Amino acid sequence: MANDSKRVDQPTGTEFVGHEWDGIEELNTPLPRWWLWTFYGTVIWAIAYVIAFPAIPMLSKGTEGMLGWTSRGQLAEEMKLADQARMTVREQIAAVDVTKLSGNPQLMEQAIAGGAAAFKINCSQCHGSGAAGNQQLGYANLNDDDWLWGGNMREIEYTITHGIRQPGSERQSVMPAFAGVLQPAQVDALVAHVRSLSGKGKDNAVGAQLYAENCAQCHGANGEGMRKFGAPRLNDAIWLRGSSAEAIRSQILNPKMGAMPAWGERLDPVTIKMLTAFVHSRGGGEDFVESPEAAQPDAAKTDGANEQP
Amino acid sequence: MNSPEAIPPPHEQLYAASKTVHNKRIDGPFRRFKWLMMAVTLTIYYATPWIRWDRGPHAPDQAVLVDLANRRFYMFGIEIWPHEFYFVAGLLIMAGIGLFVITSAAGRAWCGYSCPQTVWTDLFQHVDRFVDGDRNARMRLDAAPWTWGKVLRRAFKWTIYLVIGFWTGGAWIMYFADAPTLVHDFWRGEAAPVAYITVAVLTLTTVVLGGFMREQVCIYMCPWPRIQTAMMDEKSLLVTYKDWRGEPRGSLKKAEKDPGSFGDCIDCTQCVQVCPTGIDIRQGPQIGCITCALCIDACDRVMKDIGRPRGLIDYATLEDCAREAAGEEPRPVLKTLMRPRTLIYFGIWASIGLALLFALGTRSHLDMTISPDRNPPYMLMSDGSIRNAYTLKLRNMTSQPRDMKVTLEGLPGAAFWTESMARADAAREQSFTVPADETRTVRAYVVAPSDTAQQEFSFVLTAGGDRPETDSGEARFTAPESN
Repeated sequence: MANDSKRVDQPTGTEFVGHEWDGIEELNTPLPRWWLWTFYGTVIWAIAYVIAFPAIPMLSKGTEGMLGWTSRGQLAEEMKLADQARMTVREQIAAVDVTKLSGNPQLMEQAIAGGAAAFKINCSQCHGSGAAGNQQLGYANLNDDDWLWGGNMREIEYTITHGIRQPGSERQSVMPAFAGVLQPAQVDALVAHVRSLSGKGKDNAVGAQLYAENCAQCHGANGEGMRKFGAPRLNDAIWLRGSSAEAIRSQILNPKMGAMPAWGERLDPVTIKMLTAFVHSRGGGEDFVESPEAAQPDAAKTDGANEQP
Repeated sequence: MNSPEAIPPPHEQLYAASKTVHNKRIDGPFRRFKWLMMAVTLTIYYATPWIRWDRGPHAPDQAVLVDLANRRFYMFGIEIWPHEFYFVAGLLIMAGIGLFVITSAAGRAWCGYSCPQTVWTDLFQHVDRFVDGDRNARMRLDAAPWTWGKVLRRAFKWTIYLVIGFWTGGAWIMYFADAPTLVHDFWRGEAAPVAYITVAVLTLTTVVLGGFMREQVCIYMCPWPRIQTAMMDEKSLLVTYKDWRGEPRGSLKKAEKDPGSFGDCIDCTQCVQVCPTGIDIRQGPQIGCITCALCIDACDRVMKDIGRPRGLIDYATLEDCAREAAGEEPRPVLKTLMRPRTLIYFGIWASIGLALLFALGTRSHLDMTISPDRNPPYMLMSDGSIRNAYTLKLRNMTSQPRDMKVTLEGLPGAAFWTESMARADAAREQSFTVPADETRTVRAYVVAPSDTAQQEFSFVLTAGGDRPETDSGEARFTAPESN
């Protein structure tokens, strides 16, 4: 090696290191020394990092690090900050009566956004992530303009807070089962009449008579329904459990009635208000409050920040 | 342990201390061009954020501003929104291909004159010269022991380094906020933490890279010298030593004694002394050469003094070098520059530029995006009609609030309302006011008669005012399959 290293590469005037691989030889072009120091620096940094932060996996859990940092802890801290940032909005929503909320477009927008998040966590299991309900299981569609118990902000908030067919809720009613009470032929006639209320098929006198005697008290003489008892409209195009003769027959003989938990026991009033705003905004909300700011949307500096790139 | 054998001989050391380059002062046409480029580039860098540009009451009045918080990029009369980022991407591609054009035509002209590393290194080397004197004085001072005088000198010099670094970092943050306000806030300690951190980091990197690392950055860190070797060919201009004319080297005295046996190079090493990266150009083209051409200035001056023709070191192509060595005439410079490679690079560069200008000139200040609700795709209403919901984003890209109308086109019998009105107000046309320079998000509920089949229709957005504009978007109306 000592002998090799005395040789000099003629074109460049650089000495050989003495290493050779299949005729390719390495010239001695030293790296700058600062490069070496940088390398030592990164080694020291790595050691310090391993000591300061969680790094080495052990049998049950990894080393914890001197600084006590964890990604969970960081997340908790960020969540806390995010909660604090939301506090002002929540306070504003808490201070506004639910019926006045839609009069303040900016606050309404924030409430809808908060409600959409809460809906996904608490409500979508039954009502679906798009709030479209489920006809087979009888979960109500919240996007349409048909409301069993009322569709303005006040009524929606009451329904969410107190639930349906729950102790302490005004939303109580039971439809009697007509199995064994009506003869099969009578049931057929009644089904035909109910369907005819919304223009499906022919009417008949027997069915109309039976309807007037048994059903009109709650569902109305012409099937207009009664929100006080959550009795569905029968003369419209929306059927919670289907509009086929089979579905209606089954509902007359052994009616199924939905129940909804009272969310007032689990959620705070502001979240319920936000959920109310969200449900109301799905396109079927009733009793709009005219916005005083609608005339000058300039004042509501809503957007730049909401713009998604 | 301490026996001499334990210390490896110098040729076996794998690491060497870098040698500080003490480049000598020189004057000449290329040095003056370098001064000019330094003045131009530094002026652009420091002055641009202070140029004002009136955009009316609803937009900032800084000519060049990267407004990260509001996601807007302002450049004089142009305002770029996030969805128009392709303009910025286009500019970056142009910058990249611009480097190709310059490199294929004039070699490492970017490295030699306008790269920030070059400009700031040059600036710091002038500071060295101002504080410590020229090459020889600096070499003496470097070798001298640490007396109080040297300590004071170094402290003074490094203070100037720090001030330059601070100004460099300070100017950078001005591009990201209103400059006068930021300066005011900065000195009162009220600016955002990121402003102070950025200034601190850039001060440090400027001082380290410009004050101490210098040519080491070009030789060891920068990938560009490696990349551009792929862009150069034997027809690219580069700074080269004409060895057929210079060799063999001999001093004037030797040449007098033995005329005819020596070349033009008198081995005065002026070219090495003035080099800012400390290389010897006479060894041929090499990675350390940034083609700043200061060696041409130095050599031309020597040649003039000793009465020999200039251009022993000169800008030349490798092809011309071969021709000259063979006694032929070099090609005209124009012919060298106008060759397919440079023309193709230039053509690509120019067509991207023209396309961007065209897009800029014809772009709309109005924009609408439509996204239909997919869950549920449609809704039945209690009167049997069918409703679809869409989220419309109405963008007003002017600096004035604008009144806009959204109209349905197609879809007979349909009407729409929004989340902030009742269904009773449904109509085929709705009006909105969109604030200056903002996007308004609207949920549109489109309702059509019960027998409507699945079909395409359009939302048409029109805005009046001084410059009426219109935009439209196709949308699909989903209906039950039985329709």
